[in-house]
Amino acid sequence: MIQCKTSKEIGGMGHSLKRKEDARFIQGKGHYVDDIKLDGMLYMDIVRSPYAYAKIKKINIEKALKVPGVAAVVTGRDLEKYKLHWMPTLMGDTQMVLPTDTVMYQSQEVAAVIATSRYAAADGVDAVEVEYEVMKPVTDPFKALEKDAPVLRTDKPGKKDNHIWHWEVGDKAKTEALFKKAEVVVKENIYLPRIHVASIETCGCVADYDKVNNHLTMYMTTQAPHAIRTVIALVAGHVGLTEEKIRVISPDIGGGFGGKVPVYPGYVIAIAVSFLVGKPVKWIEDRSENLQADSFARDYHITAELAGTKSGKIQGVRFKVVADHGYSDSQAAPTKFPAGLFSIGTGSYDYDTAFMEADAVYTNKPPGGVAYRCSFRVTEAVHAIERITDKFAMEVKMDPAQLRMNNFIKKEQFPWKSPTGWTYDSGDYHAALKKAMDAVGYDALRKEQAERRKKGELMGIGISSFTEIVGAGPSKDFDILGIKMFDSAEIRVHPTGKAIARFGTKSQGQGHETTYAQIIAEELGIPAENIAVEEGDTDTAPYGLGTYASRSTPTAGAAAAVAARKLRDKARKIAAYLLEVSEADLEWEPGKFFVKGAPQKSKTIQEIVFAAYTNHPQGMEAGFEATHYYDPPNLTFPFGSYICVVDIDKETYEIKVRRFVAIDDCGNIINPMIVQGQVHGGLTQGIAPAMYEEFIYDEDGNILNGTFMDYLVPTAVESPHWETGHTITPSPHHPIGAKGVGESPTVGAPPAIANAIVDALTPLGITHLDIPITPYKIWKALKEKGVVKPVA
Amino acid sequence: MEKEITVTINGTAHTVKVEPRLLLVHLIRENLNMTGTHIGCDTSNCGACTVLMDGKAVKSCTILAVQANGKSITTVEGLATAEGLHPIQEGFKENHALHCGFCTPGMMLRAVELLKHNPNPTEEEIRWGISGNLCRCTGYNNIVKAIQYAGAKMRGDKLPSTEPQFV
Repeated sequence: MIQCKTSKEIGGMGHSLKRKEDARFIQGKGHYVDDIKLDGMLYMDIVRSPYAYAKIKKINIEKALKVPGVAAVVTGRDLEKYKLHWMPTLMGDTQMVLPTDTVMYQSQEVAAVIATSRYAAADGVDAVEVEYEVMKPVTDPFKALEKDAPVLRTDKPGKKDNHIWHWEVGDKAKTEALFKKAEVVVKENIYLPRIHVASIETCGCVADYDKVNNHLTMYMTTQAPHAIRTVIALVAGHVGLTEEKIRVISPDIGGGFGGKVPVYPGYVIAIAVSFLVGKPVKWIEDRSENLQADSFARDYHITAELAGTKSGKIQGVRFKVVADHGYSDSQAAPTKFPAGLFSIGTGSYDYDTAFMEADAVYTNKPPGGVAYRCSFRVTEAVHAIERITDKFAMEVKMDPAQLRMNNFIKKEQFPWKSPTGWTYDSGDYHAALKKAMDAVGYDALRKEQAERRKKGELMGIGISSFTEIVGAGPSKDFDILGIKMFDSAEIRVHPTGKAIARFGTKSQGQGHETTYAQIIAEELGIPAENIAVEEGDTDTAPYGLGTYASRSTPTAGAAAAVAARKLRDKARKIAAYLLEVSEADLEWEPGKFFVKGAPQKSKTIQEIVFAAYTNHPQGMEAGFEATHYYDPPNLTFPFGSYICVVDIDKETYEIKVRRFVAIDDCGNIINPMIVQGQVHGGLTQGIAPAMYEEFIYDEDGNILNGTFMDYLVPTAVESPHWETGHTITPSPHHPIGAKGVGESPTVGAPPAIANAIVDALTPLGITHLDIPITPYKIWKALKEKGVVKPVA
Repeated sequence: MEKEITVTINGTAHTVKVEPRLLLVHLIRENLNMTGTHIGCDTSNCGACTVLMDGKAVKSCTILAVQANGKSITTVEGLATAEGLHPIQEGFKENHALHCGFCTPGMMLRAVELLKHNPNPTEEEIRWGISGNLCRCTGYNNIVKAIQYAGAKMRGDKLPSTEPQFV
């Protein structure tokens, strides 16, 4: 049961407050970037490469320029004059804005057409003629690493291979020694395929450069408007666009999931064109462009090994990764973490040695990859540990729930130092798994499964007990382009006791307008409905690093609480003055200070705020405002246990998810309704890669499923009826004990589903299948084993 | 080349000259500046652009504006009345059936048509009924709840609880 300290009227933490932002969305009054229409606005559309790897011999723009409405065609050669044809990525790599010589992946931007209407721009794109000299692409990262592989990044002087970086963590020697002598070692090659966030709104922008005032207003689909402003200034400062002349506005965003963190070439071209012509330029991607060219996620080839005893004690883990980054490392991870937080792959288990390494590779595929609803490679890590743990359980013939219970880090071991260097802040893994097992009826299901197996029926039960790592992050380790990963809140309370609060983050559907208001309501007792929340305008909001990787509550949410507490301290001083007592004589209850022992002598927060403007103590600064930039002392470690039950048709191998129970622990809960909504949505984004989504490239680098017709985003039919619940283990270091929840379900669901499917197929000799697991993939695996007989 | 058409949107007749190739969704969004109807794909899969045409849910990215000549269109802007929100709007808000809001207008309009033909649908009927509309945020559980809530409200039945249920 969630305890609330505030009344329903105040609506602080723990209340399932209905969302404040919904009023506009349900009435068609949301304000997304494609809804912006400015006087004289031009439209931009992009010519894209049909080839994965080709030299550009010639771009003929003559016909395009004759298309009615077409104003200009921009090529890499045009941008080269301003040194804008290449741009830096957040990871210190470089990426083309528009190519001058070579295209590196199919659907890469080749030229941009500027026109007076959307339709004219599209006509212009059709009329641009490009002559290519097609080359043989390298699409397989393992082949790209071979000695005789052609070097793809010939733009980099002296580059002699396709290797980008090597990363490693843990104790290599100790882990090797353990694996040599361990009683049981299990090993599996696990691939997490290339997928896409596929937010229903694509990316886009309106770049509005005002020549008279030398000022750029950039409306864009970005999850990190402040960082983007700095990036624009770094990229375009040399042409006079310095940071004070740039305003980035991130309006309502139709889903982000990490895909709206990077800077895409389209944004930069739109800015360049607006800068040159002095008119607003709108660029909105089509869905197919969005899928085919924007940053992908995952694409990790993992060799996972687990060592332990015959009695089922896990002793150590070893992961080796080949990371396919496409032609540029344009992921958006913190600078010091090229493989993100993959080192959380030790999971929820108590052992003392681990070693993990990763090598990143260039191929002729789109650049990336983004942290898709994931705190930088956590999804990959969790999938590896939870799959290999199941394989270990299978090897030692122990029930996977029992094996997990036997190996979990115990509640009293927290804070727990992991073998890869993290300090897990808190956890109670046994409680979460027990709750999930009780809710699903685990023992009865295992009995049912045994009965069904006797009849040859395929029923599987899969568990995932994941540990997350979110809230990037503490400034000693975490930065992007050198900017520390703090986040911010600014609260202004008006004389009548109503407030506006602004943040450095940016909601894309997470419900910040409601949850941030609830945090402030909790701390100050001002009703949440009287607190307006604003984000996304760099001219008004305090600087912050934005919303991704479940970091908003751990960072900006914490900033809100700390800023509100500064105001409560001021309120105490004013109340003492008004009540003519000392501060020590006052007690706080949500919404008012009262005199100890004389509760009738009190001042409400509204009376106190009014006094801050009308009758404040001499010597005190007037007004009632506070700002805080929160630098978290540690990351937060949400966790959970998920159990999936599947039935597989023994003829067609159609997979039906019968039950899915998700128990999440995200610490203290701000709004149970919103947390549950986040979990529902994340689970559907977990079943998506587990059973449906994967980009497929042929050997010529053609993407074979780059539209919504064949890239299978789950509908309401594929999405099961989720059953969710929680345990509550507050974060000991977060001001309100919260941890963040958005990505947990996306991270935790895929291994639960994969484990369930593999469990169902165990009697047929299957021990592993890579996601997405489809009926065809099962049929193929069984055919290889000789289990499936040819159809007569 | 331009054709003159008259399309009634949310009760107001608009007579406009359009290119024959203009999509209905662009007529609504660009020419008539009603931006509540969204575009989420280019293959008629996502349903973000769903509107009602003579009461039937259609994907307005797949209909030419000239095909809507003489028709009556309802968009999200036409759902609420002077009396207040449409039950489907109330259902979505009360049941947390939206996160980013981008698929919401299309999803609600499809649901309105669904409830017209099937005032008391089962969960399975709702799931199949909205399977032409993609939502990337909500996981659909609460959209189902919202449509059940709206159905109950339109039938005059007791409203189901909107509190989140936990195991």
